[in-house]
Amino acid sequence: MEQILANGVYLGSQYAMIALGLTLIFALMNVLNFAHGQMYVIGGFVTYTFYGQWGVPFVLALVMSCVTLAILGALIERYLFAPVIKGSAREESTMLLAAGIAFFLDALILIVFGEKQRGVPKIVDGVFNYDFRLIMPYDRILICILAILSIVAFIGLMQYTKTGRALRALAQDRTAAQLMGVNVDRYSMIGFALGAMLAGLVGGLLVTITGVNLGMGGPTSIKAFMMVMIGGAGVISGAIWGGIILGFMEAFGLAYLAQYGDITYLLIFISLMIFLAIRPQGLMGKPWG
Amino acid sequence: MQRRSLMKAALTAATLTAFGATAAFAENPVLKIGFVGVTSGPAAAWGISNQRSMEARANWINETGGYTIGDTTYDIEIVSFDDQKDPKRAIAGMEKMAQEGIHYVVGPNVDDGAAAVRPVAEANGIMYFPYAFPKSLYQAPASNAVLGMVANYQSGPAIYKYLMEEKGVKTVAFIAANESDPLSQRDGGVEAATTLGMEVVSSNVTYQVDTTDFTPVLTPIMRTRPDLLVLSGVSPANAPQLIRSARELGFEGVISTETAQDAGVLAEGAGDLANGFISVGGASTPELASPMMNEFVQRYTDMFGEYNDESNTKVYALEYILETLKADPSAITDVDAFQTTMDTFEAPNPYMNGDAKLRYVGMSSFGQKRQVAVPLVVNVYQDGQFETLFVAEVD
Repeated sequence: MEQILANGVYLGSQYAMIALGLTLIFALMNVLNFAHGQMYVIGGFVTYTFYGQWGVPFVLALVMSCVTLAILGALIERYLFAPVIKGSAREESTMLLAAGIAFFLDALILIVFGEKQRGVPKIVDGVFNYDFRLIMPYDRILICILAILSIVAFIGLMQYTKTGRALRALAQDRTAAQLMGVNVDRYSMIGFALGAMLAGLVGGLLVTITGVNLGMGGPTSIKAFMMVMIGGAGVISGAIWGGIILGFMEAFGLAYLAQYGDITYLLIFISLMIFLAIRPQGLMGKPWG
Repeated sequence: MQRRSLMKAALTAATLTAFGATAAFAENPVLKIGFVGVTSGPAAAWGISNQRSMEARANWINETGGYTIGDTTYDIEIVSFDDQKDPKRAIAGMEKMAQEGIHYVVGPNVDDGAAAVRPVAEANGIMYFPYAFPKSLYQAPASNAVLGMVANYQSGPAIYKYLMEEKGVKTVAFIAANESDPLSQRDGGVEAATTLGMEVVSSNVTYQVDTTDFTPVLTPIMRTRPDLLVLSGVSPANAPQLIRSARELGFEGVISTETAQDAGVLAEGAGDLANGFISVGGASTPELASPMMNEFVQRYTDMFGEYNDESNTKVYALEYILETLKADPSAITDVDAFQTTMDTFEAPNPYMNGDAKLRYVGMSSFGQKRQVAVPLVVNVYQDGQFETLFVAEVD
């Protein structure tokens, strides 16, 4: 049981981080960013290049992932999403744009980083072993702690800074925020950049554990959408709970259902369908959006 | 004025270059060979190593004057189609090959894709070289598929027998992705291990193909404490993570697979934890690779920036097609002639040292010669590179 709980905490913390950026962008701009997984992958590849290839210290490589994705996110918002949102009232326009960006980034990743699975040297050696009841490599423990700290820092930013307040105001009511003097265009760009930066951060963190390859983007986006659906679209705390719930469901399912074959995700999907039929707005979402 | 002159010069240069390129390309007639396989998504490495092997070899042939079949020297053009590991897309890809008048296609890379394209290939006179293992593709009445590598039911028993005799392995556990190829390879492996007298302690643990963290997946298997852990049909993307998680969970036995892997990917993803990992390769190790193989590796690296060890096996299909056509030039448009030639075809294997031959095999497994004789080279990974464990042949 100790091992299952530890696996759940570890999976939950990384999933929550992946979902945070996605839900932030949705909350601010009502955009379903299908390219979120690809941004995560680019974050992983940037850390791989700086830390794994060029020998730059891991923390600095992580910063480079964040900076790269923040810039990429800002550019995507300014030159792609903002004009489309202004020019088209139809929501599917941004969805198609996001899907197009996902395909474009996939192709770009293939050209720049190649088709192979990539990995980096371990950042911490050794394995914590408690009487074979709880086994956890030290690097996973470190990444789990860093993920939790990042989530706490993000919540702090959203709660206690001027930028965070502006972003929350924008998420609650775009028109009211504008009337209160919030520069909507500027904070939309900052919010999108922040969401992309979170994807880059988690990609950079997890490349030390899972490695990275060009095919990870799509499945990562799907999982992130599942977490957001569980927690409630556009709600920060919902994304965190969605990630934690999915992480624990996976950990318990893989431990107790493995003998029956790969039915863990089958049951997760069935549970999700039943849950959404009962509560379509998710755990923390509001029925009116 | 200066700007206008510069533009004129640029335009003239571009026109001449284009004309020159066309003229150079038009020196020989073009022989198109197709590729239908997965070049995107998590399994992209499988198809891209195929495609790039073909392109590197075709480029090499064209650069050195073309390939002579009968009285005609051809430039080789590779026509590629990404099936995205989707059978529907694979059918569309094979239909595209038929529309382009292509009779020889390498791929698809996976079981369901290879099965899906069979009617299209047989109806349109296309010989295709899949990297998929279902025997029904190669047994009569199927006629147009030629297995492009060694199947797991051929390599698995050889590896298990070696490990039983040399390492005293008695118990085995299998883990596979929840997809048709890995699952069928797992079932074949379980059957082979049972036949050899090994005790199968776990065979029903599977994982989603997009899994990135294998610790929870492997935990139940580790409790069974097997001597051997078989990663059935594992993709190069998943192998390092599985090895790393198993070792970190305290597994000290042997880990093996029957698919081809890349040493660089293992080194990056698992480091020293991958030492002792057994996989299947082609003419990969220094003692087996001929000077032509070494030149191929160099050209591939120059062309694409980095070599992929999976190409040690993938290099063969195009060579088999061209050499067989050389043996019977009428087969260029007549696959019946190609099939007849396959029964007696034999040529020197240019990629291996010694007197190895290119020939079609498969009588034991399929009842007809529908498999290329790629050497069954079983490798063990050690400190960043593969070493030859043993070499065997498939009948």
